[in-house]
Amino acid sequence: MDFDLSEDQRLLQDSLGKLLKDKYGFEQRKAIIKSGAGWSREVWAAYAELGLLGMPFAEEDGGLGYGAVETMIVMEQMGRALTLEPFLTTVVMGGGFLRHGATAAQRGAMVPEIAAGTLLLAFAHTEPQSRFDLHDVATTAKRDGDGWVIEGRKGVVVHGDTADQLIVTARISGARRDRDGIGVFLVPATAQGVTRRGFGTTDGQRAADITFDAVKVGADALLDGGLALVERVVDETMAALAAEAIGCMEAAKDLTVDYLKTRKQFGRPIGSFQSLQHRAAEMMVCLEQARSMAMLAAMMAAEPDAGERRRQMRAVKIEVGRNARFVGQQTVQMHGGIAMTMEYAGGHYLKRLTVIENMFGDVDHHLAALSEEGGVFLAA
Amino acid sequence: MDLRFTDEERAFREEVRAWIDANLPAETRERMASGRTPTKAMQIDWQKRLYAKGWAVPHWPVEWGGQPWSAIKRFILSEEIQSTPAPSPLGFNCNMLGPVLIAFGTEEQKKFFLPKLASLDLWFCQGFSEPGAGSDLASLKCAAKRDGDHYIVNGQKTWTTLAQHADWIFLLVRTDPGAAKQQEGISFLLVDMTTPGITVRPIITVDGAHEVNEVFFDDVKVPVANLVGTENRGWDCAKFLLSNERTGQARVGASKERIRRLKLIAKEAPGGARPVMEDPRFRSRLTEVEVQLKALEMTTLRVLADENRALSQRKPNPASSVLKIRGTELQQAISELYVMAAGPYGLVSADPEADRWNEPEVAQDWQTLAQATYFNWRKQSIYGGSTEIQKNIMAKAFLGL
Repeated sequence: MDFDLSEDQRLLQDSLGKLLKDKYGFEQRKAIIKSGAGWSREVWAAYAELGLLGMPFAEEDGGLGYGAVETMIVMEQMGRALTLEPFLTTVVMGGGFLRHGATAAQRGAMVPEIAAGTLLLAFAHTEPQSRFDLHDVATTAKRDGDGWVIEGRKGVVVHGDTADQLIVTARISGARRDRDGIGVFLVPATAQGVTRRGFGTTDGQRAADITFDAVKVGADALLDGGLALVERVVDETMAALAAEAIGCMEAAKDLTVDYLKTRKQFGRPIGSFQSLQHRAAEMMVCLEQARSMAMLAAMMAAEPDAGERRRQMRAVKIEVGRNARFVGQQTVQMHGGIAMTMEYAGGHYLKRLTVIENMFGDVDHHLAALSEEGGVFLAA
Repeated sequence: MDLRFTDEERAFREEVRAWIDANLPAETRERMASGRTPTKAMQIDWQKRLYAKGWAVPHWPVEWGGQPWSAIKRFILSEEIQSTPAPSPLGFNCNMLGPVLIAFGTEEQKKFFLPKLASLDLWFCQGFSEPGAGSDLASLKCAAKRDGDHYIVNGQKTWTTLAQHADWIFLLVRTDPGAAKQQEGISFLLVDMTTPGITVRPIITVDGAHEVNEVFFDDVKVPVANLVGTENRGWDCAKFLLSNERTGQARVGASKERIRRLKLIAKEAPGGARPVMEDPRFRSRLTEVEVQLKALEMTTLRVLADENRALSQRKPNPASSVLKIRGTELQQAISELYVMAAGPYGLVSADPEADRWNEPEVAQDWQTLAQATYFNWRKQSIYGGSTEIQKNIMAKAFLGL
């Protein structure tokens, strides 16, 4: 049992930390949000240069062959800086689909482009009725000669407005909520019949509402794996989001503690008041418990037993979600009015943490599902 | 970073489990499994078996009966003991006084006391709290005046757990009432409970249990040879003792066992239209507790991995403060779930001091213990530094507030 980072992992942490300190101060971030795409191509190019964009891919495909611990390190740093670039969607999620579901030829064609920063991916899955159920898919894919015709509508496709390729779930057979019969397709965003309406998300990122109107794709567009593939990639994504949340929570806690030391009321620093000291201590308890779960997530991300992996990831999502909500809310409460403003970072941590909490299942969703599956510690 | 147990560690867990199965007396196992505390005889018998095996004090130096194990291996042993469940080695002897003597005691004290602490030939109790000194421990007043080769002790201790079983007591006493700082006039003494002038009076807690006591000292003569460390530097021993074995306080193994047992119980427990376990509200609450316990297990392992490091390379780890706060909260939350599962039959009041009182049965044993345990366990967030004191410490030590 060893919780230490290796020399290489520490180097990765330091170099990304330095880059973000340099390019992603809170004022710089404001400017990036206001720019055209809502994220920075310059930072994206710097990620490519650091090797981050090819991180999780096998070396023979043109990647670095890194694992879940490296993803955790990177996401934590990105969480601290509240970055806006499509790393999660392109590298973690898109990368996951390519690694576990694409052919060697597809990986050979796409991975070098992703690593170079010239190819962006997005996962088009959520539908108006599906809420958090991964198996609830109404979009259809019908056979059309060798290929397929896709018909349907996907909502809240994070970074779907700038993606080059969409990874789309569509029903090949069965009823809307059947676990069987779901296909995962690679669809060029510029394909005939794809209509995208981009919009901003509450945390300052970008997403799109996408309709597929008789969109024709070839036979090779269908990735291998169906719903099991989706669940595997979503589990890996949940691990990455847990790490990002840790970065947000830690930065929010640091910001709050600094403020408690400097803000004066009644003639003394407000951090001298015991009610605020205890709340800050509770924030720290929440952070450390969540951090333990992010580490568990990194360990479980590659667990081959899908049922076991799913149960542990649900536990991660629940515990990180509960603690993130406390830390986010208390960051605003203990700052007072200043953290209610767009001008100050505090409230932005609450916003990102709230978005993370509501991606791929909120606390109640996973509590109900985990209870159904027997809980964390299975009875004999 | 590699968070898996090694093959060797997994094999060790199997070895421990098999040894406990073969050696734990059936009546001890049965009493513990029903949620009750072991009798004095059960505690002594079991600790002697652990001692003979070399497993009573694995965290002590090898020359005093310890094992050259990693912190993880020690954790595995204690987790297996807790999850059987079997009695853990007596904390007062093994986790509190033993390490203090190893760090501060004279050679004579070590040679005389350490083997008897490990084997439970001597049962120690802890004389720290007083009626006027609870969270503000350093304000204690129980006085020891030097008189030739002896101290004369006068005063009172309270909340003294299992003093009724104890052969000896380790005491914090005030030896210099004129010291500039409260902490500077305190000494650490070992006192034979059979010394004339000591009176033990039971305190019955709300659950009906006799667990704690008041202990009165009336001109009690204690040889100066029983002073531990330096006179007036007893606070150093106390601080050392309170910061020791932080990972033990989380009691994750015991909580996991209680959760697993609760699931089996709740599957059968009548809940009107369906068993309690099938009530989605109950199940969801249970799952919420389990998830937090999983996080606490990981936090415990993080602190343990830290304890594996050489002392010089250790940094104060904020994760360690989490253990007492969340560990006790979760034990309390689990006791509440038992109360929920018991429902109306949880109202039946057991006599925790009597054997076989529930015959013929008016309720199942676990039902009669549910509320008693819930009431009793309110103590957990109070003793050993209350949750509020833990947060004061965190705010000061880790947040710089």
